[in-house]
Amino acid sequence: MKYELGDDGVVVIIGSGAGGGTLAHELTRRGIRVVLLEAGARQSLASFSQVPNEAFAQLTWLDPRTSSGDWAPAQTHSPLPAWLTKTVGGTTTHWGAVTPRLTATELKARTHYGALPGTSLTDWPIAHEELLRYVELAEQRLCVTRRAGNPGLPASNNFKVMYNGARKAGYQKVHSGYLAINSRAQDGRGFCIQQGFCVQGCKMGAKWSTLYTDIPRAEATGKLDLRIQSMATRIEHDAAGRVTGVVYRDAGGAEQRQKARAVCVAGNAPETTRLLLLSQSGKFPRGLANSSDQLGRNYCHHVLGFTIGIFDQPVYMWRGTSQAGLVEDEAIHAPKRGFAGGYFVELVNFDVGSLPLAALPYGWGRDYASIMDNYRNMAGFMIVGEDMPRPGNRITLSAVKDAHGLPVANLHVDEHPNDLAMRAHGQKQSRRIMEAAGAKRVVQSEGSPFATHNLGTARMSTDPGAGVTNPHGQTHDIRNLFISDGSVFSTSGAANPTLTIVALALRQAEYIEREMAAKHI
Amino acid sequence: MRSNGVADRRDFLKVTGVLTGCLVAGSPLALLAPSRAWALELTAFNTDQGAALLAAVRTLLPHDRLDDAVYASVVRACDADAARDAGVRELYSRGLVSLGAGFATAKEPERVAALKAIESTPFFQQLRVKAISSLYSSPLAYAYFGYEGEAFSKGGYLHRGFDDLKWLPEVPPADSGPMPGAGS
Repeated sequence: MKYELGDDGVVVIIGSGAGGGTLAHELTRRGIRVVLLEAGARQSLASFSQVPNEAFAQLTWLDPRTSSGDWAPAQTHSPLPAWLTKTVGGTTTHWGAVTPRLTATELKARTHYGALPGTSLTDWPIAHEELLRYVELAEQRLCVTRRAGNPGLPASNNFKVMYNGARKAGYQKVHSGYLAINSRAQDGRGFCIQQGFCVQGCKMGAKWSTLYTDIPRAEATGKLDLRIQSMATRIEHDAAGRVTGVVYRDAGGAEQRQKARAVCVAGNAPETTRLLLLSQSGKFPRGLANSSDQLGRNYCHHVLGFTIGIFDQPVYMWRGTSQAGLVEDEAIHAPKRGFAGGYFVELVNFDVGSLPLAALPYGWGRDYASIMDNYRNMAGFMIVGEDMPRPGNRITLSAVKDAHGLPVANLHVDEHPNDLAMRAHGQKQSRRIMEAAGAKRVVQSEGSPFATHNLGTARMSTDPGAGVTNPHGQTHDIRNLFISDGSVFSTSGAANPTLTIVALALRQAEYIEREMAAKHI
Repeated sequence: MRSNGVADRRDFLKVTGVLTGCLVAGSPLALLAPSRAWALELTAFNTDQGAALLAAVRTLLPHDRLDDAVYASVVRACDADAARDAGVRELYSRGLVSLGAGFATAKEPERVAALKAIESTPFFQQLRVKAISSLYSSPLAYAYFGYEGEAFSKGGYLHRGFDDLKWLPEVPPADSGPMPGAGS
């Protein structure tokens, strides 16, 4: 379907990942006409490269971003402070498909954790029971293992190490994970054949991605106009403060202007924030929908840390689903551990080329090489934990510009003492698990050289002074402007965010339909 | 890097240096490579600079049984960067000078000391990242470290050892899952 650039009856969605792709399907199947702008190209199960370097170049957002603060990406001068994608399907093409749930406690973080100095903790403006209703819908839709009647994935070598170590260390809730990966063929997608190429794009389609579910289904409604290699550069508004359309660069680099009845931004927090800041105007001098001055603030990326265990016998960790293993016991709020919030210990594996870039601490020489020499005998875990929102942890426009001459996003993070205490605990426990399984040596990184989860920069709040959007992701300042990605999370929780992003998109689609029917937008 | 026939195209390429070597007979790499003899033509560095870079990369990431041909692939990547960007070329040239004249042939402790002395410099940081990101990403490195790579064309690892670890107890079914297609 092709719509006219001047057609002001369409809803424009920017970004085709977990939020934007899901929303595009949900709106079009309700008969709503949608233009979906995606900055990247379109791959397929056939075109996904299985050479790790090539796959990285094929899917990754390689335009510059900068970072600052005391977190690992800034300290290591990482050229890639956030490892995100530029491709149809967004990060659902390269994600590990780990889908635990947020807890009722996490949704009331401010109430349960208290007023921790130096944080901007808040409670979510959505009741847990209500969110859970949509989370369960999302789990059915994504065919999550161990949920919705789906079996778990069989235990890989890497998970056998995690399981035996974690059980010996006293943990009770240890299993092969909640994953949006088919443990049996369904949903028109194949089943997992344990390739270990989740990050490169799953050629079986066993791993859920909007690329081969929601987007083709939206196309099949006849209501979707997907424009690839089309990067939004500005959202425009009228004198009354309603958004009127989106300016973008098309595949040939020419500037285009699509009129719109409503605009939904789902570019992942760095690009969503950047676009709204780039759209500043006389009426919105601090950026679009930013009268609260909260846009870009409270940036959360999860407390991360990698643990590699070296054994005297082979593990062959690269064989098998990348993240099919989970320890849930620490994903609770238990202040006696010395920090608020909780974390998961998640299984993770790496191809030999990515291992030193992603998971090993800084080093070189004999000792460093001896780690790599043991590649066959390694197991890998990572912690993913709730990080503290802080007003100063913030995405802003950088002095560096992209190929279009537009300032890129700068990601600033100063870690909170709670984050440091959580990481120290998580790394200590991860080491215990490895050693209980028999590791001869344990190697751990301090943090991650890149963020993969980007949350909180357009937080939901019922108070227009305290958040960018209302509980439906509708901006307080502009009724026909919505945020449809992880930017709206009020706090991060510990869970990997995609499941919640999909749940919120399902909920938002119902709301947008009602708002349109009522002629509010 | 090409095997054999180094000289034939020299008149056409602006070759500034050449590194050569020979894969150890019978090594897994020799089975993968089209020929045991290899030569790397440099287009930004001279032969001495190439040799110093190769020695530096070997010192940064010393895998004694990993053939020089694999290390030479890192030198090739550095050379390509330097040929593209005069600033990078200058960075490397000055950095190599700072390692001292006899670096390429010095004993390992001396090479380590020379690198340690410049560890905080942009040259060192760039070389380290380049070495780490290219040394472990070639098919020759895959063979050396045992990485089996792409699996889709072979049916994944589902029936090729994803669960063949026997030195720990099996995971109970409740915390694992059925093999797909096994009547589930």
